[in-house]
Amino acid sequence: MSPVDFTWLIGGPQGSGVESGANIFSKVCAEIGYQIFGKREFYSNIKGEHSYFAVRVSDENIHSNVNEVTLMASFDAETIFRHYDDVSSNGGIIYDSDLDKTSTEDVHTLDDPFKERLHKELESRNKPFTISGVIEIAREKGVNLYPVSFRGLLADLAEQTENPKLKGLVRMYNVLGVSLSLGLIKMPPDSLLKSIDMIFSKKPQIAEINKQAANYAYNFATAKFSNFSHNLTGTTKQSDTILVQGHYGTSIGKMVSGCRFQSYYPITPASDESVYLESNEILQIQNDRPGSTIVIQTEDEISAMGMMIGAALTGVRSSTSTSGPGFALMTEAIGWAGINEVPVVITLYQRSGPSTGLPTRHGQDDLQFAVNAGHGDFPKIVYASGDIEESFYDTGRCFNYADVYQIPVIHMMDKFLSSSVVTCTKFDPNKISIDRGQLLEKIEGNEYKRFAFTGDGVSPRSRLGMDNGVFWNTGDESDEFGHISEDPQVRIKMMDKRMSRLDLALEKIPDDEQVVSFGVHEHTIISWGSTKGPILDAISMLKKEGIDIGFIQIKLIHPFPTDHVKSLLKDAKTLIDIEANHSAQLSKIFKQNVLRDINYYILKYTGRGMTSTEIYDSLKKIVKNKAVKREVLSHGA
Amino acid sequence: MALKLADYKTNVHNDWCPGCGDFGIVNALQMALAEMGIQRDKATIFSGIGCSGKTSHFINTYGVHTLHGRVLTFAQGGKIANPEMTVVAVGGDGDGLGIGAGHFVAAGRRNVDMTYIIFDNGVYGLTKGQASPTLKLGEKTKSLPSPNTNYNVNPIGLAVASGFTFVARGYSYDVRHLKDLIIKAVKHKGLSFLDVLQPCPTYNDLNTRDWYAGVDLTKESIERHSRIYKLEDTQYEPVVHYDSEIEVNEKMSQALIKSLEWGNKIPTGIFYQNELVSPYETRITDKVPNYLENPPAKQQISTSEGKPATDVSDILDSLIV
Repeated sequence: MSPVDFTWLIGGPQGSGVESGANIFSKVCAEIGYQIFGKREFYSNIKGEHSYFAVRVSDENIHSNVNEVTLMASFDAETIFRHYDDVSSNGGIIYDSDLDKTSTEDVHTLDDPFKERLHKELESRNKPFTISGVIEIAREKGVNLYPVSFRGLLADLAEQTENPKLKGLVRMYNVLGVSLSLGLIKMPPDSLLKSIDMIFSKKPQIAEINKQAANYAYNFATAKFSNFSHNLTGTTKQSDTILVQGHYGTSIGKMVSGCRFQSYYPITPASDESVYLESNEILQIQNDRPGSTIVIQTEDEISAMGMMIGAALTGVRSSTSTSGPGFALMTEAIGWAGINEVPVVITLYQRSGPSTGLPTRHGQDDLQFAVNAGHGDFPKIVYASGDIEESFYDTGRCFNYADVYQIPVIHMMDKFLSSSVVTCTKFDPNKISIDRGQLLEKIEGNEYKRFAFTGDGVSPRSRLGMDNGVFWNTGDESDEFGHISEDPQVRIKMMDKRMSRLDLALEKIPDDEQVVSFGVHEHTIISWGSTKGPILDAISMLKKEGIDIGFIQIKLIHPFPTDHVKSLLKDAKTLIDIEANHSAQLSKIFKQNVLRDINYYILKYTGRGMTSTEIYDSLKKIVKNKAVKREVLSHGA
Repeated sequence: MALKLADYKTNVHNDWCPGCGDFGIVNALQMALAEMGIQRDKATIFSGIGCSGKTSHFINTYGVHTLHGRVLTFAQGGKIANPEMTVVAVGGDGDGLGIGAGHFVAAGRRNVDMTYIIFDNGVYGLTKGQASPTLKLGEKTKSLPSPNTNYNVNPIGLAVASGFTFVARGYSYDVRHLKDLIIKAVKHKGLSFLDVLQPCPTYNDLNTRDWYAGVDLTKESIERHSRIYKLEDTQYEPVVHYDSEIEVNEKMSQALIKSLEWGNKIPTGIFYQNELVSPYETRITDKVPNYLENPPAKQQISTSEGKPATDVSDILDSLIV
């Protein structure tokens, strides 16, 4: 039996329940054993603009979306206009037959550049600018069409259940879409009802109505449509699989790592993490009274940074979470944390810049900025996670780096990760260790020096409020006590002491924490962050065709592990850099350190994440010697 | 062990200008700490940037000399993480009411149990005397190329409007009165604000020590006529006694009106005090009942084997498919 690889797409206006529809679908699929990779795309808007969720389902491990959609569930016209072309030739489209005559002019949220492209296409195919027009094109391509009158469905249901309220209950269209889909692919209905119960667990009455509608739609689809060739009837369930949202890795990671103070200012796509931490602020502690994460919403990101540092000075593991614009405001204080050797972790969920940029879209534009954030010369660590599961363990590492080397750590995440929903192996807290470095438990005597010169550049650390541990901090250059000093010799010694910890970090952090090698071949990819998933999937697609591509995922970006990267890549002849930004920022850092050229670039900066299909296509061109040096990807609405 | 005043002084060389009003504030602060008997390692002085920013280096407690305008953010973070500490934040009027004005307002809304002292001299001293937020419109101190083009901030009024629950003004040449005000401010439950008038002898040639002392007014009357007077010597009653809208509004309006008094009569002392507003610590306790007994700074986060002490199994189990 060939492996299941099925992509379901649901779309609709923001606020119409696209996300809960996708959550129900993902839960149902995961429940019967499938692996899930889902990703949400949305506008910077509260209600009305187009959002969609593509959920890829497989019985093998998957780490990305693909270009083609197997089944699309749409309940508005815009979704059909925007995505009809994504559906594969033997796939299907469920759509509201009442929309047949809707024209592109009727849909006010279709923007001009998109309409222009669509009209051109429709014109060339001699089709009207209506839903019938695009549906006709899909039909000609071989797509199976499932027209359903959503209004009619609800009216019938209202009559049957003698509940006139159901009639015209547009809010239920999402559940109808999911249920029709599940009926079409013959998925067992019981998990559908269970999922609805879970999603609406706080609103039992709403759950009840939704379940009635779900049942009705499900039965309607199974009775009426039988020609869809894709079935998802279940597979062997792997134990200890969890279904997680994008920010769960860092947020649960922070709880486990002992982060007890988080200050933040609201920003997409970072605030979900802080809100989650606050929702779970009381923590269960083994053999002890409950602990807590104190989450403070501040007046701006400068304050978030200042408060975090103030808390960290009391010895508390402290953190903030932000995105590019907020991070830009934090940079002055990062330097303060640097010169004062304060361990803090900044979780940086990148989005597309510059400025407000594409505020709800993906980008890896802030790598060089993170490396260079803050004026003056001071040490920091920049560490990048490749997927949600990894980000859990990396959060633990980041706090250890911060404590052990007493420096600020910037943990690079992004919107691709934050708006994904995936299955992965249950996080194992026991794989995280807590190393607080030279944090003192007790101080005797009167001569404590916070910035004492030691052999390895790390001074034993007191905390505000500790007995006998009085110290001073200053953003000025200082002596060993922390008092201002402008003495040139003290300056040399202090600068050397601080900066030496970059070498110490490179020496002490294990190689496989710095760079992860997925094999090195003649053609080898270098990349960082969330491109990992689509790269891995593209590599395995090529492997099935007998093509081997290497891949090293660089996680420690600063200090850059030059020697280790050099030695890993010594047998690679053709280097391919893959990044979601315009200027191939990792490659610049790479070239500056490794003094080696990159042969090909695969870049994307549309704000939409890469799919494995896109990377597969680009890699194949490279292998066949038909590629341009800089390939720019653009898939995705 | 009882501590003496000398124990609160460091041997860091103080490089403020001779005659600087800041000396009086640092002395008052040290005297207040000694009088309250606060252990050196149980207090932290957070400071901003500028001449006043150096204060933390002269006081022998924990001292955190932060960033320009950001002192309140660091101080609140430290206090919330370790609520047992006595926290005093200090900074200039440019620091707190210019670059840091947003934090000033936000801090008032939070009402964290700590004290903020502004060294208010109307100029940016360390950058050679530019106009700062409290300098009046149209005034021209000696290093300004032309008269000040901005209207002044009213620190007392802004503090009352922002939600500070203890609002007072001191004068740096009345050290004993200032010391008493600092003690009251530190003991106040909630965020206390002290606006300290502090002549800058080098750059502010308008609001000088002689000006505050009313030397120029002696021409009009024979007796010495200081501009500074104490509210406690008048019928003024600053405290909100019961939690009613009428009472709060009355005391707030009275403080706002009083804060506008300037010129030949400048009030010092407590303008407004309201301990009926919950401090931020209480608001946290409403959500996290054991916050004060087990604040972040006291929590054990790892087991003796260096493994996480936090048990997230309930959360993880709820995610199992």
